[in-house]
Amino acid sequence: MPSSELWAVDLFGRVFTLSTAGQQWELCRDAQLEFKRVSAAAPCCWGIACDNQVYVRVGASDVPIRCREEAYENQRWNPMGGFCEALLPSDRWPWSDVSGLQHRPLDGVALPSPHWEWESDWYVDENFGGEPTEKGGWTYAIDFPHTYTRDKKWNSCVRRRRWTRYRRYKSRDTWAKIPSEDDPQQLPDPFSDLSVGGWEITDEPVGRLSVWAVSLQGKVWYREDVSHSNPEGSSWSLVDTPGEAVQISCGPHDLLWVSLWEGQALVREGINRNNPKGSSWSVVEPPTSENGILHVSAGVGVVWAITKDRKVWFRRGVNSHNPCGTSWIEMVGEMMMVNVGLNDQVWGIGWTDRALYFRHGVTQSELSGKTWKAIVAGRECDGSRAGSLSSLLSAGCFFGDEVRGGGESRVPSDSEAERPGPDPERDVEVAGPASTPAELPWTNIDLKEPKKGPRHAAADFPEGTNLSSLALLPLGLEEPDSADCHALWAWVSGGGCAVEAHTTLKWFTAHSGLRASMQMLSLPITPAQTAAWRKQIFQQLTERTQRELENFRHYEQAVEQSVWVKTGALQWWCDWKPHKWVDVRVALEQFTGHDGVRDSILFIYYMIHEEKKYIHVFLNEVTALVPVLNEAKHSFAVYTPERTRQRWPVRLAAATEQDMSDWLALLNLCCCESRRVHGRPSPQAIWSVTCKGDIFVSEPSPDLEAPERWLPCDQMFWRQMGGHLRVVEANSRGVVWGIGYDHTAWVYTGGYGGGCFQGLASSTSNIYTQSDVKCVYIYENQRWNPVTGYTSRGLPTDRYMWSDATGLQECTKASTKPPSLQWAWVSDWFVDFSVPGGTDQEGWQYASDFPALYHGHKTMKDFVRRRRWTRKCKLVTSGPWLEVAPIALGDVSIIPETPGAHGSGPGIALWAVSDKGDVLCRLGVCELNPAGSSWLHVGTDQPFASVSIGGCYQVWAVARDGSAFYRGSVSPSKPAGDCWYLIPSPPKQRLKQVSVGRTAVFALDENGNLWYRQGVTPSYPQGTSWEHVSNNVRRVSVGPLDQVWVIANKVQGSHSLSRGTVCRRTGVQPLEPKGQGWDYGIGGGWDHLSVRASATRAPRSSSQETAGKRRGEQGLPSGPSKVAGAPQETPNPVCC
Amino acid sequence: MTDDKDVLRDVWFGRIPTCFTLYQDEITEREAEPYYLLLPRVSYLTLVTDKVKKHFEKVMRQEDISEIWFEYEGTPLKWHYPIGLLFDLLASSSALPWNITVHFKSFPEKDLLHCPSKDVIEAHFMSCVKEADALKHKSQVINEMQKKDHKQLWMGLQNDRFDQFWAINRKLMEYPAEENGFRYIPFRIYQTTTERPFIRQLFRPVATDDQLHTLGDLLKEVCPSAVAPEDGEKKNQVRIHGIEPVLETPLQWLREHLSHPDNFLHIRIIPQPAD
Repeated sequence: MPSSELWAVDLFGRVFTLSTAGQQWELCRDAQLEFKRVSAAAPCCWGIACDNQVYVRVGASDVPIRCREEAYENQRWNPMGGFCEALLPSDRWPWSDVSGLQHRPLDGVALPSPHWEWESDWYVDENFGGEPTEKGGWTYAIDFPHTYTRDKKWNSCVRRRRWTRYRRYKSRDTWAKIPSEDDPQQLPDPFSDLSVGGWEITDEPVGRLSVWAVSLQGKVWYREDVSHSNPEGSSWSLVDTPGEAVQISCGPHDLLWVSLWEGQALVREGINRNNPKGSSWSVVEPPTSENGILHVSAGVGVVWAITKDRKVWFRRGVNSHNPCGTSWIEMVGEMMMVNVGLNDQVWGIGWTDRALYFRHGVTQSELSGKTWKAIVAGRECDGSRAGSLSSLLSAGCFFGDEVRGGGESRVPSDSEAERPGPDPERDVEVAGPASTPAELPWTNIDLKEPKKGPRHAAADFPEGTNLSSLALLPLGLEEPDSADCHALWAWVSGGGCAVEAHTTLKWFTAHSGLRASMQMLSLPITPAQTAAWRKQIFQQLTERTQRELENFRHYEQAVEQSVWVKTGALQWWCDWKPHKWVDVRVALEQFTGHDGVRDSILFIYYMIHEEKKYIHVFLNEVTALVPVLNEAKHSFAVYTPERTRQRWPVRLAAATEQDMSDWLALLNLCCCESRRVHGRPSPQAIWSVTCKGDIFVSEPSPDLEAPERWLPCDQMFWRQMGGHLRVVEANSRGVVWGIGYDHTAWVYTGGYGGGCFQGLASSTSNIYTQSDVKCVYIYENQRWNPVTGYTSRGLPTDRYMWSDATGLQECTKASTKPPSLQWAWVSDWFVDFSVPGGTDQEGWQYASDFPALYHGHKTMKDFVRRRRWTRKCKLVTSGPWLEVAPIALGDVSIIPETPGAHGSGPGIALWAVSDKGDVLCRLGVCELNPAGSSWLHVGTDQPFASVSIGGCYQVWAVARDGSAFYRGSVSPSKPAGDCWYLIPSPPKQRLKQVSVGRTAVFALDENGNLWYRQGVTPSYPQGTSWEHVSNNVRRVSVGPLDQVWVIANKVQGSHSLSRGTVCRRTGVQPLEPKGQGWDYGIGGGWDHLSVRASATRAPRSSSQETAGKRRGEQGLPSGPSKVAGAPQETPNPVCC
Repeated sequence: MTDDKDVLRDVWFGRIPTCFTLYQDEITEREAEPYYLLLPRVSYLTLVTDKVKKHFEKVMRQEDISEIWFEYEGTPLKWHYPIGLLFDLLASSSALPWNITVHFKSFPEKDLLHCPSKDVIEAHFMSCVKEADALKHKSQVINEMQKKDHKQLWMGLQNDRFDQFWAINRKLMEYPAEENGFRYIPFRIYQTTTERPFIRQLFRPVATDDQLHTLGDLLKEVCPSAVAPEDGEKKNQVRIHGIEPVLETPLQWLREHLSHPDNFLHIRIIPQPAD
């Protein structure tokens, strides 16, 4: 799990972050600013600084925030000058927006704020609906507004073209001031509190946030249009409140609570995805009438509050349907403030000691937690005495200046804090001494307290004294006793801090700075493996064996090897009638041959017609052991080449999960032993993933890719690796990356085992916890009738009113279970709006009848509708994988290399597509650091779906709209290349995946057709046309020898049909790169495959020749084309 | 890359070439040929010497045969110590094969325990495993195991079946992820120079500051004489399984990889041989 951060402000106004993986506070360095309040979300943190301005700090990322600006150039034809800018008086502007209503000259398009910069100059967009327009991007029509076409016709009187330009948000990892409004009427008075939340309400637009603020006058404001692509939002809008607000808290979902001057709380009702601002307020009375509510904090399903007597309260029964909750429960502790973060975890600041506390033991079943635990993580400024002194002093110089300025502007706020009630005359009021301690701690009083220290009650603090002198003074005073200085905190925000039940935090014990940093160092992939002591032990053991055994091998062994039999009871799926699970006894006999090779036989004893019979499996013939976990059974399938051809494995089930993994681990060990497969897979290994996310790996035998007499791929032995992935991609230098169902990127650590493989079947190091999240979908179906409209009463012939996607299976919310017992629900059912085809505001999709094409709006002809409900479930396992945070990926590709061909290059080219569709290029990937160092963003005009890099740095990609692109000029020295070339898709097909081998380019469309790119030469790497190869393909992987492997959709075996089968294209020759037929391997249930590391060629004399031919024909950049038919051109890679 | 799991294999399959000769005073019917055997380092003498016994019994009269015992250079060999330990303690500097003298008479009652059957070895072995688990897990793991698991441990050792043994033994090597190691390290330190058979104490794998203890820490704590002073000359060899791990080796790692099947870390300290 990636680390996330807790944000806090100390009494000096300095902002610190504490990582969930760390044990030390990091100062958020900014010399100029001190903060009063911060409110964090995962991608950013908003804050109010002491200058009363609002700032947003967007975290640094390798993927830029970029927005497209566009303008249309419109022209009309006239007989005199042809197409020109002289339009008719009734026409649109010559330069306009897409509608033509807005005048939009190119030089009039300005950056929205100083935090943006232009990425490049304006350019004409030549891409028209996935096809290049040529002719300067012009599209033609009869008149404005009309349907535009690519081609100019006789009646084309007008034309237009689109100019685009990207702007990029540049103020990352720094506090960016939110620009004030120009219009003084609109300008809100200074803000006193602010809260960020609401990211779970909807994901449209991506990264949408609700930012709420309270001004000094007690008004509530909402920041419009805050999202990932517009981190600053656009403007503040006033939200009317029935009382004067002092403090506000917005939960991650739809909870918004406000505390009022009068001591009640306001709760916003009617917040939903269509109306994130909500519609009305309700009032919640404080727990006791004499002590009003001072502070509230809302989570997803909880609200915590502090009353004026410092007591902490927990609001029971809060949820989306009842945002007000039911009743207050008093909690222990006296707090100044509390903050609810992600997963409803709670942090608080103690009233007396100003220490930071974490609510320990908060779980979904026990939202109120157990105890307050003090966070004692050190701060970097506390680490070394000398360092802290000087930094404090230098900070103090600023501090003195800053506070003086701030002090003046703060006078009204102070007066407000002391104001006994909702007095409108605050402006004329002067600062006076505080009357009661309870009324103090709202605004920047926080800044004054450290000068007195925690020993003094805040009440007797003289107000209105010279702040700057006080501010400087304590620096000297504090110095002697700051050895035990625990930080004094003013504010905390956990909105970006993901703490889960099983997370172990290191915040609660003090550590020296050195140790903390050493721990960070030991995290990366090379652990103590290289430690000297370990090396010495390995070496000494080898020497010992040599010394004590080398000359004595002829001695007799003291203990003779014997047969070991493990027996047990399992269930077996009877292949013939009655076709059901039957109880069987199984016995695994292991024996050692004379040559020391161990072999094993698995016997399955069953009864048929009261007759004892058995079947047996030689484990050296087993090609795969595949766990098949479902709701009911812990079963696994045993494949042999024969069973693979039949598409009918031996299926066995155990009574418990533990029992199953014991058997699976043991059988795996026996199989590996008999095939002498041990330890980490070789760099050339072929990796694959099943539809259950299980990872399998196979060692390619030398004759696997032999041109003749190749090894049939049903004989390949697949062994399982721990972990859970959706995609895995490898390279022959041992770099392996994976992508989980939740789009998390993982890198292979070099270990083996994990998951259910413990003990001997697993490496000691390099195994880490891995988790994955996937969604389960069910559909709610309704039919329209004239009386009651849409109801859940269908026709008798209709599908189930709650069903799966096909409608054939009934799936209700209550009866639908996670895919297997390994998965646990982590969310409730929610309506899914991100369905292909679109939905209406309630998530419904309409159609004339079941089953049909659904669309997102109701028409007269629609008699049925459906909507998709989604629930997330999570699996926690272990495996040789480490997360590559923080960018989530959709696809990844690593350059295929033949041994020795590119071995000299230190870097390994790796390209990826993020889950948002950004194309990325990983820098710093090498054998020793397979995770690489950072992403280089490659700009695109649209979101992408798939990318592949070939052996000669030819990068191909597929956009989400199904068009293909070639990236020009990619080389080791220019890893991101220079520009994209649009490649027209095969006619009427939308591509979804592309794979580039050494030279061959194959692409797959959404209808399962496999296409070969014809005419790819060094001088024209884009090729000329797509040629159809085959249908029935789900996924393609082209290897470094240009071998073509796919996951086939359906394969018919002699006993059964399997879906998702590993297949290899046969007859792929240099002169026949498309191959001839298919060779069927392991399956079904396979989803993904990567042969891109499999560079092992059969050691044949003719292979040299073959390679030579191949090089000649396909045209590596290194050699000129010699084969007839290939154009003879300059051999250097081309870019136009 | 060599994997840690290979260490387990190397440790398990450690063999000592041994030459058994019958004691000269034993009465034989004909001359007794020496008997050569590869002894597993991790096993026990009386468990793996059936062949030796049969070999010598053939040349002896039935009435002269009583309980077999072994001796090396005048020292009776304790069968309840692992073989590798005996070798490292007594004979590590001598030439191979290891010459062991076989006796059938005058059992040294004060030096050796009787070993009438393999059940005794099993009982001894299992009590060691249980004692070790008491130190490691407060006996929780061993007590949760079934009888057949205990049997599998023993049969694994007896039949020299690495997989069979480790399939169960790995459970004894596990510890909760939130802790950095076992409660206490089960170890025994043997010294040839003292009367005391061995040292054992309670010793945690992790120091109070979360730092992993090393082999050096352990020796400094329980056997300071064995550790050479910083500048002084190395007087002693610290041996485990016939190798000398450096003192910086983390104890928990040693414990997990270089323990004997009885789950104890047997450390012997022998004087540095003068070259």
